[in-house]
Amino acid sequence: MSSLPPAARSRAARRLVGAAARGRFALPVCMRCGAVQYPPRDVCVRCLYERLQLRAVPEGGTLLAVTTVRVTTDPWFRARLPWRIGSVRLDSGPTAIAHLHGGCEAGARVRLELKLDRSGEAVLFALPAVETATMQDDRQLREFTQEPRGRNILVTDGSSALGRETARALALAGARQVWVGSGQSSPAFAPRAVPSAGATDLPNIMPLVLDAADPRQLQQCAAQIGAELDVVVNTADGFRAGGGLSPDGAALVRASFEAVVVGLANLAQAFGPALCARAADPAHGMPAWVNVLSIYACASRPEWGAYSAAHAAARSYLSCLRAQFGRAGVRVAEVLTGPLDDPAHSDQPPPLVRPGQVAAAVVELLRAGREEVVVGEVAQDLLARLADSPKALERELARGVP
Amino acid sequence: MSLPARIARRRYDDVVIAAPVTIPYQRHSTQSAHWWAGRALRRVLEVARLSAADVDGLAVSSFSLAPDSAVGLVQHLGVAPRWLDHIPMGGASGVVALRRAARAVQAGDADLVVCVAADTNQVDSFRNTLAGFSRFAQDASHPYGAGGPNAMFALLTDHYMRRFGVQREDFGRLCVAQRANAARFEHALLRAPLTLEQYLAARPVCDPLHLFDCVMPCAGAEAFIVTRAPVAAALSLPAARLLATIERHNAFATDAIQERGGWLLDAGELWDMAQLGPRELDLVQTYDDYPVISMMQFEGLGLCAAGEAAQFVRNHTFTLDGTLPHNTSGGQLSVGQAGAAGGYLGLVEALRQVTRAALGNQVERARTALVSGFGMINYDRGICTGAAILRGD
Ligand SMILES: [Zn+2]
Repeated sequence: MSSLPPAARSRAARRLVGAAARGRFALPVCMRCGAVQYPPRDVCVRCLYERLQLRAVPEGGTLLAVTTVRVTTDPWFRARLPWRIGSVRLDSGPTAIAHLHGGCEAGARVRLELKLDRSGEAVLFALPAVETATMQDDRQLREFTQEPRGRNILVTDGSSALGRETARALALAGARQVWVGSGQSSPAFAPRAVPSAGATDLPNIMPLVLDAADPRQLQQCAAQIGAELDVVVNTADGFRAGGGLSPDGAALVRASFEAVVVGLANLAQAFGPALCARAADPAHGMPAWVNVLSIYACASRPEWGAYSAAHAAARSYLSCLRAQFGRAGVRVAEVLTGPLDDPAHSDQPPPLVRPGQVAAAVVELLRAGREEVVVGEVAQDLLARLADSPKALERELARGVP
Repeated sequence: MSLPARIARRRYDDVVIAAPVTIPYQRHSTQSAHWWAGRALRRVLEVARLSAADVDGLAVSSFSLAPDSAVGLVQHLGVAPRWLDHIPMGGASGVVALRRAARAVQAGDADLVVCVAADTNQVDSFRNTLAGFSRFAQDASHPYGAGGPNAMFALLTDHYMRRFGVQREDFGRLCVAQRANAARFEHALLRAPLTLEQYLAARPVCDPLHLFDCVMPCAGAEAFIVTRAPVAAALSLPAARLLATIERHNAFATDAIQERGGWLLDAGELWDMAQLGPRELDLVQTYDDYPVISMMQFEGLGLCAAGEAAQFVRNHTFTLDGTLPHNTSGGQLSVGQAGAAGGYLGLVEALRQVTRAALGNQVERARTALVSGFGMINYDRGICTGAAILRGD
């Protein structure tokens, strides 16, 4: 097993993981006196009140001191020395130790982000206050991102506009090569069909015959490309309308689970070991598995009940992969999207999500090193209502409010 | 609500300190902290010609005693004290153990207290100590490069140098003088002469800290006895009186970064209680895991003004024959840092000096000594500070 950075954390510190996963900057704040708490505490350092909640706080700070660590007791950092850290006075009050971008100098203003480290734990990363064009290329920053530039990426399902747009966006983002799989749902897939998706000008896109329903075929694919593979983006959507009162309800569930859940499991079994092996070599960046999921994985939409259930199951299985691939140092991320603007959803009211929006979100997620991104107003609205009241949302979805 | 005015601190009357013991340090040890503590206790009893049954009180400090505490140790060592304390304050442990024991003896809760600090240093134990050092360190400093105290002190040093215009040469003067003192102290692990040029040319460890700014972790033990003057006299033990002590935790918590320590809040009380001033000292022992913190002690304890330690260092010499003998055994920087025993090292050495029992490094006319402690980088700064003034006959 490859080494990972120190992963022990208190419960209070682990509450930062959710914000880091979504790319938000939030710290515990006292609900009585408003004092921002860092390091995370269980009781307010100013007034001893025990209700502390995560709140968005200003991202700015001043870098008070800098050091370059050249000797460490930790094997993961030892493979990455020298390592710069600093002491940052946050505009919100406390002082924090943070990983530093190479452009941060003592005395200067910085902007903080919560990042997930290779262990999947939340850490603070300080960036120069003023953005520059080459900022993403920083050696230390790239340990916390899965920047697509220069990397080898598999998009599993090129049979959909979603898959083709995602491949194109990754190719344009500078991926070294993007393999586009034929997808299980399109047995008649013609590899040559991929460039016709408007990507003829992108020589780094290569079609790949890939059947997510066939483990043996997948093993052959993995043998072919696995050694170079950095990122897998699973775009299999398997959309089928219908729920509990459909005459073919059980068959519908079976088909949805085959396409979405069994397909994911097959793909993970074939390509997961390759990603885990890749993660052990510090010369490569952090490998990632990105799964596009319907927002109805979080709350069932009754008229699409089988589809919702399959995506909920896939999301649960993804959590399992996150734990198990995570132990090897592989990021497992999800892109939650509202209904897509494609032929299958032509009867749906706006706003729908254009496939290109999801594709852009995949690129952004990798670039920022996030674990979760939500695409489209429908999806964001649904999550807000879910956080507010799951039962109210269930009734609203039952009454046909999407 | 306003509280009644504080009462004046009571003096320590006839409380004395005796039987300074250092168990020679080793770079690594396969033995346990119990083994090192046991050797220190036995040596104290040999020096005082006592038996284990005479151990009336015991104070223990150690980082590597787990899963035991002082409780496990009394059964392990077969002593039955009527007073027991476990003091997990790292570099402040010596001064704090002394204060606790002194009041217990003065009040009659114990007539003779043995204070022991012991730590082992097995090959991987330093790494484990760092990884699980404290909740805040686990959550908010260790995951940032796992540089340990080197990294946190590097940040404090970087800030201090820019804030007060301090140069590496200023730190080097202290380190070079301590190494010269260590040449005369047989237990120091690092006794090879060190020049300022060698100090400046050393490899960087955590910028701006270089090799000779950092202590070497090792195994070892230190101990002493706190009792009443008549007891020490009956045992024919040379002893020092305790003139004053102070202790403080988490001072200046809202300072953005540590550039001063708790001594600054309590130094007035220390000198008042001792009824003397910094100019009457014959020697000073600071807690020196890094030279920057010795500078903060000079400032905090009133030897010089805040921010002026570098000038103070330029104006003094710190060798055994210097204008202000300082860390006369070589300090932790030359003797080694044996975990919590590092918090006893200066106190035990000061006790030897003022009782004329130094081990080859006696300062002439050493009568009054200041000992300072600093402990526990819980997160980004040291939390515990303390100091004591001892006087020999
Ligand atoms: Zn509060």
